[in-house]
Amino acid sequence: MSGSFTKSMARNIFYGGSLFFVLLFLALTFDTQEAIPHRDAHQMITPQVALGKKVWEENDCIGCHTILGEGAYFAPELGNVYKRRGPAFIKAWIKSQPSGVHGRRQMPQFHLTDKELDALVAFFKYTSEIDTNHWPPNIQG
Amino acid sequence: MKYSSQAVAKPYFIAAVGLFVGQILFGLIMGLQYVVGDFLFPAIPFNVARMVHTNLLIVWLLFGFMGAAYYLVPEEAERELQSPRLALALFWIFLVAGVLTILGYLLVPYAGLAKLTGNAIWPTMGREFLEQPTITKLGIVVVALGFLFNIGMTILRGRKTAVSLVLLIGLTGLAVLFLFSLYNPTNLVEDKFYWWWVVHLWVEGVWELILGSILAFVLIKITGVDREVIEKWLYVIIAMTLITGVIGTGHHYYWIGTPGYWKWWGSIFSAMEPIPFFMMTVFAFNMVNRRRRNHPNKAATLWALGCAVMAFLGAGVWGFLHTLAPVNYYTHGTQITAAHGHMAFYGAYVMIVLTMISYAMPQLRGRVANNERAQVLEMWSFWLMTVSMVFITLFLTAAGILQVWLQRYSENPQPFMVVQEKLALFYWMREVAGLVFLLGLVLYVASFFVQGEEVQVVEGGTAEAAA
Repeated sequence: MSGSFTKSMARNIFYGGSLFFVLLFLALTFDTQEAIPHRDAHQMITPQVALGKKVWEENDCIGCHTILGEGAYFAPELGNVYKRRGPAFIKAWIKSQPSGVHGRRQMPQFHLTDKELDALVAFFKYTSEIDTNHWPPNIQG
Repeated sequence: MKYSSQAVAKPYFIAAVGLFVGQILFGLIMGLQYVVGDFLFPAIPFNVARMVHTNLLIVWLLFGFMGAAYYLVPEEAERELQSPRLALALFWIFLVAGVLTILGYLLVPYAGLAKLTGNAIWPTMGREFLEQPTITKLGIVVVALGFLFNIGMTILRGRKTAVSLVLLIGLTGLAVLFLFSLYNPTNLVEDKFYWWWVVHLWVEGVWELILGSILAFVLIKITGVDREVIEKWLYVIIAMTLITGVIGTGHHYYWIGTPGYWKWWGSIFSAMEPIPFFMMTVFAFNMVNRRRRNHPNKAATLWALGCAVMAFLGAGVWGFLHTLAPVNYYTHGTQITAAHGHMAFYGAYVMIVLTMISYAMPQLRGRVANNERAQVLEMWSFWLMTVSMVFITLFLTAAGILQVWLQRYSENPQPFMVVQEKLALFYWMREVAGLVFLLGLVLYVASFFVQGEEVQVVEGGTAEAAA
């Protein structure tokens, strides 16, 4: 870089530029917080859904699955699993694991109670109603 | 080594390399589980292997950053470290906490670990990369505060250079942003929104400041180019990093329930995120070409140049590949993401830590550079790991393209597991590339133990290997 462009000019660009864009980011964050209630299906968040999220977290489901596309890529997307499979299938599936089929990917048995299973299903029902800008492209996730 | 307290960096580097080996072993287990689904089941289910793989990566990179800071800051500040004893105490606390957490993942079912550590009181577990029990997270905060105090006081009381200030800003940002890992609202949209304040603002924000600072330090040392020039570059690069990367967070806000305008903000700003990485490559090659001395540590020079190139490819090019919203609509959460993640982490953060270790470790062991044979072996390990990582990335990219086509884009989208079976060939090839990576890592570790003739230092910092 040429001599007329000094280190202190570069430093000022760093501090000024960073500050400006951090403030812009905070402004966008504020606006997003205002907009989220129209999109996040929060009216569906019941104590049961909260329990479902806890079951989801405390069994590290995200270690194999994605939810709204985030997580691990080892097992199917679950943000829309309620719409793809329905409640009965989801519960029966979780209860029947592991399949034990030789060479197939295995899902552990988590020993969930009926209450926990229902809560997990309620959580999936809630996630399937979040406005995700029409993602995923199709029901397969 | 100019200051005796720099020696505290050594155990940090040794721990980093040790945990790196563990990370790769678990990576290979996961890679095999992709094609032999019941491998090691139920002893080590995939999610457990993945937690160990990713958490070990984060922990050993943090060890590397801290070791780098303890080595670099006294030399930049021109004084001894504030408290070497605190640095050593924090080392053991962090190591024991880290190892206990990993053992917890491996020995107890995750739900049991959650119960054992009282997750119900303050639930923060079970989110990607932030799986640590809340108590571990709080421990990380304590270690980070002690570390920042130690580094900060050393800088405040000594010479303040751009290199050390940028490092301090980066490390402070790392610690502050980690606090968001303790915020876990029930609302999934908000949960995800602030989860990215840790994950994205770390790796595409403040960690790049740490990367830039370490790279600048090593380039000053090995090229002898005027500090003014190097620090000017550093400021321009990190300015571009934050100007593009902060709003660039928006590329994670396309499909998680956040407003549609993020598709514009995220696409435009994250499309510019490769710029600072490209500048870093130009910078590194420029400085090495304009070098005023031939530092005898050729391996460190190779790591520095390799880091700049691979960071640009992995973070820059592979990031750009799927960052635009219309593309990301199809690639989000596929093997494309995995491909990018692997090369970006390796190129930017693994390689900068290995660059620093390559430069500093010989000095910590009382010599300006390792003997010729050790350096040759280290350079072999560089090429084996780097080339195999390129192939891992290419195979995952191929798998990802096929996955997108079959599951997301074609006329008749197929179910996830049906598609996965069709990707097996690429997963097998990735696993083979992973074994080559392990071979490179074994040679890397071996290079620390190779004996040979000492490198002779000639006056003015120039040196030649003894004939």
